[in-house]
Amino acid sequence: MKTSNLFSLFLVFALFASFGLKTSESGYKVGDAAKDFSLKNTDGKMVSLSQYKESKGFIIVFTCNTCPYSVAYEDRIIELDKKYKSKGYPVIAINPNNPAKSKGDSYDEMVIRAKKKGFTFPYLIDEGQKVYPVYGALKTPHVYLLNKENKVLKVAYIGAIDNNYSDAAAVTERYVEKAVDALLNKKTIDPNTTKAIGCGIKK
Amino acid sequence: MKVCFLLIFAIAVTTCTPEKKEASEKVSNLPEELEKTLLTVDFNGLQPYLNKTDNKTYIVNFWATWCKPCVEELPYFEQAGKKYRDQNVEVLLVSLDFPNQVEKQLKPFIEKNKLNSQVILLNDPDQNNWISKVDSSWTGAIPATLIYNNKKRTFYETSFTLETLENEINNFLKPLP
Repeated sequence: MKTSNLFSLFLVFALFASFGLKTSESGYKVGDAAKDFSLKNTDGKMVSLSQYKESKGFIIVFTCNTCPYSVAYEDRIIELDKKYKSKGYPVIAINPNNPAKSKGDSYDEMVIRAKKKGFTFPYLIDEGQKVYPVYGALKTPHVYLLNKENKVLKVAYIGAIDNNYSDAAAVTERYVEKAVDALLNKKTIDPNTTKAIGCGIKK
Repeated sequence: MKVCFLLIFAIAVTTCTPEKKEASEKVSNLPEELEKTLLTVDFNGLQPYLNKTDNKTYIVNFWATWCKPCVEELPYFEQAGKKYRDQNVEVLLVSLDFPNQVEKQLKPFIEKNKLNSQVILLNDPDQNNWISKVDSSWTGAIPATLIYNNKKRTFYETSFTLETLENEINNFLKPLP
């Protein structure tokens, strides 16, 4: 009896431990259904994914004004949008940073940056920082490629844009392009998860 | 016993020294005065610094001059490096500054703040290849810190205060039960 009690106690602990692990790695994994949101764009209008009736999916990029990695990728994010918007996978950029902690990432600064760089895609502010934790974004830039399957948005790829942040000309693996091309050609995405150095999201 | 300890220490020192020399040879393209304070390595060059097996406790902090929370916690690493030096603790600051920012940003930063800890510039843009090799749990955000010795190894994807850093160091210096 005593041993079985101990054993059940152990089970309870194990259960808690596994839950503990889960919460520390919260956020989406590839294959999860992704939630829609309604966030303010730099033109003042609210944007949600459901407004895009015709799209096959989305290239969601958590990015910002101030992170050098984000800045290094700005032109490449514009290129992604130009290349894949017409094919049904537009870019939606979201700034997850708390402007109180990172002044250069305020809404007004976003408006200035979007104009200066000529962003061809929505650049949304995650007001109150409610969206990025749901996705599990931890840094900028951080890409979540979503694909519409039977009207449900599913996460198809998570990670880096490509394999060289410092030199676009030296890139040999375009992870996001490869992933969208695989979706367009109904092929398996490989790799469907990559890691990238980035600036931690300012909370 | 004391002799034995000294002997181990001597071996550790002599085995470490050539490694450092080898790494510094890679920076021959950098100006001479920089060679003394700043090594540039790719991940293969960094790996030996993450896997030393001597009797020291190593604190390896990944940072960059443009990373605000990293710069904020840097003084704590410097202070801890001084405070625990006698207890065989060594701090290594691995900078992820872009190579084209070395002259404009990193070098002046090191000089201005008179950094005592060794700084290494990690220049390896193929991030997906090496992030998991530092630690499988690392998502790639900085600041991030690895603390290890020959008994224990922990990775922290978080910012430190002086207090939390010292607590962690003390955990590593505690003899195992």
